[in-house]
Amino acid sequence: MSRPIPEEEYGKRAGGAFKLWMRGIRDPYLGNVEVAPGAGAEEDEKRLKEYEAEKDQIIRKVYDIEHNRRYRLFRKFYRAAALVCCLTLIVMLLITVAYLPPVGSADNPAHNEVAAKYIEDGMQDTGAVNIVTGMILDYRAFDTFGESNVLFIATCTVLILMRNDKKKGKGSAEEEEKRDSHYEPKSDKILQTMAMVLVPFIILFGVYVILNGHLSPGGGFSGGAIIGAGLILYLNAFGFEKTERFFTAKTYKWISFSALSFYCIAKSYSFYTGAHHLESGIPLGTPGDILSSGLILPLNICVGLVVACTMYAFFALFRKGGF
Amino acid sequence: MQIFQYILLAFLVVCAVSVSFSKRLLNSILIFMSYSLIMSIIWIMLESPDLAITEAAVGAGVTSVLFFATLKKIHAMREEDEEKHE
Repeated sequence: MSRPIPEEEYGKRAGGAFKLWMRGIRDPYLGNVEVAPGAGAEEDEKRLKEYEAEKDQIIRKVYDIEHNRRYRLFRKFYRAAALVCCLTLIVMLLITVAYLPPVGSADNPAHNEVAAKYIEDGMQDTGAVNIVTGMILDYRAFDTFGESNVLFIATCTVLILMRNDKKKGKGSAEEEEKRDSHYEPKSDKILQTMAMVLVPFIILFGVYVILNGHLSPGGGFSGGAIIGAGLILYLNAFGFEKTERFFTAKTYKWISFSALSFYCIAKSYSFYTGAHHLESGIPLGTPGDILSSGLILPLNICVGLVVACTMYAFFALFRKGGF
Repeated sequence: MQIFQYILLAFLVVCAVSVSFSKRLLNSILIFMSYSLIMSIIWIMLESPDLAITEAAVGAGVTSVLFFATLKKIHAMREEDEEKHE
């Protein structure tokens, strides 16, 4: 019959020590294995103490706010000023809202002859069933051209800010990408399978929205955003090596350049002929057909290409500072 | 349908307030994503499906992904991971 061993003695035996070690209560190597202090260790300790003392002093001075009367005064003033600013802004905005015309009233400034003309003659003038697309790509096509250019300029700005020019070594684009993907495994099975199923449908839906922009809700911007989101999903699932097969900085440059210049030339021509009451020679077709409504379909495709490329370029630049 | 719309609007306000009050940046972005999603449903109920498509793709998709990439660049996400492991 084994007698019960007291706790202390048990800890000294091999099995007990192992158990304690496994539980993380006591480390058998602690205090047993000696390491000779290296050269300059004493000096280090001295410097460490000096450093600690300095840090303590700094912390004491920084957090000693109760003795700092001016700081307390400033804090009170700051809070009061913040409150006053906030209240002033709220009151100003509320007063402005009170002066706005009532929603849906018949004599609102928005209800003028322009809206009536768009709604009545829209289909006849532009040939587009979807009045919204007819408006933004025919009557107001110049605004849309500006918007597309704004997107292009935004990409240029991001390129200037985030571009990584280093070819090799530390801080290069590849290194940055490696550091980024360290926290997310590249070959994630779930993500890859889902992307394989979803990406074709997302891109197909985007193409459908762009091509049917003049018939159904949607258009260049929505469809382009959908395609861009699909490309980003593909990039996240399969990495840059796969996307670089079909999309590089050169592709982006050429697509954006040709889409924007086609938009510019086509719309300049139609504005020129329209302003001089000339025949533009662009058939409007029957409303409701895919190939109808004159220039709207090609312009939609241009806007969609620009938007999709911009979305993808933003993400690629944010990720590794290049394409 | 009216009640459903009110519920959505109330949720929108809750999301908007909690974005600014949540301590973690990651949570803020996730709440912002749901805000955009609800906004797109509201666009559909207001009968402008083209805006809904754009809101869902840009607001809930691309913008949040860009926010995530930025958070990773400024190492705000890694710290949260370390906290979790401890």
